[in-house]
Amino acid sequence: MSLRKYLVLAAIVLFGPCGDVCLSYAMRQAGPIRAGDFGQLIGFVFTPWVALGILLLIGFFASYMAALSWADLTYVLPATSLGYVILALMARFLLHEQVTVTRWAGIILVSLGVAVVTRGPSLTKAVEEGQEGD
Amino acid sequence: MAALHTWLAIAMVVVSSTAGDVLTARAMKQVGHVGQLWRSRGLWAVLKAVIGNVYFAVGIACMAVSFFSLLVALSWADVSLVGPAAASLTFIANAFAAKLYLKENVDRNRWAAALLVACGVALLAV
Repeated sequence: MSLRKYLVLAAIVLFGPCGDVCLSYAMRQAGPIRAGDFGQLIGFVFTPWVALGILLLIGFFASYMAALSWADLTYVLPATSLGYVILALMARFLLHEQVTVTRWAGIILVSLGVAVVTRGPSLTKAVEEGQEGD
Repeated sequence: MAALHTWLAIAMVVVSSTAGDVLTARAMKQVGHVGQLWRSRGLWAVLKAVIGNVYFAVGIACMAVSFFSLLVALSWADVSLVGPAAASLTFIANAFAAKLYLKENVDRNRWAAALLVACGVALLAV
């Protein structure tokens, strides 16, 4: 795999959790939302942290789709699950949430899964149109 | 033990989420390498090819069903059950669906990776 493809996988791993953390931070600052108040919800979209979170999640989805255009689903999903680990670490160090021993065990298992899948090829069959390149 | 209807909602999340993943994966394989397409024909051609693909549209619809099923499941049971159960079972279901529907070569390493990640995600979400 080329450096560019690794950068796309890194973008998936980073953009997803960063987007989630932005949304989580924004909603914590906002406090509880009144049920059914769509005006309030739409208003949130234009606040800086929510807007940034949405932009990051759009970046995540675009990178995810790009990766699926040249790699197997069973490669992309485990390889990018490192995002769960990043999210747990960001929750611990940026949002000051508690990361229990169970969660650290989870982080180790996910990391092992990533290590196992990234040792193999990213694409195992011919694509219907287009081809694997660079 | 959670009630039967909670597990049915979780199953709905897993099935629709897996369908969304494999359909969008199939769509992107049909579109081809987006980097090459972007360089040769521009961003507009990429967007047109992706958004105009039927599998992509149905995949996104499945993802929407999955999202609303998740909301229903969360209204019936705790997030500490629904979150890990749905996320980890989806990893396993995706490996089966990719093998059967996308005809991917899911070898021993990929099964092991799917199982390790599924268990890891279950522990992270507890």
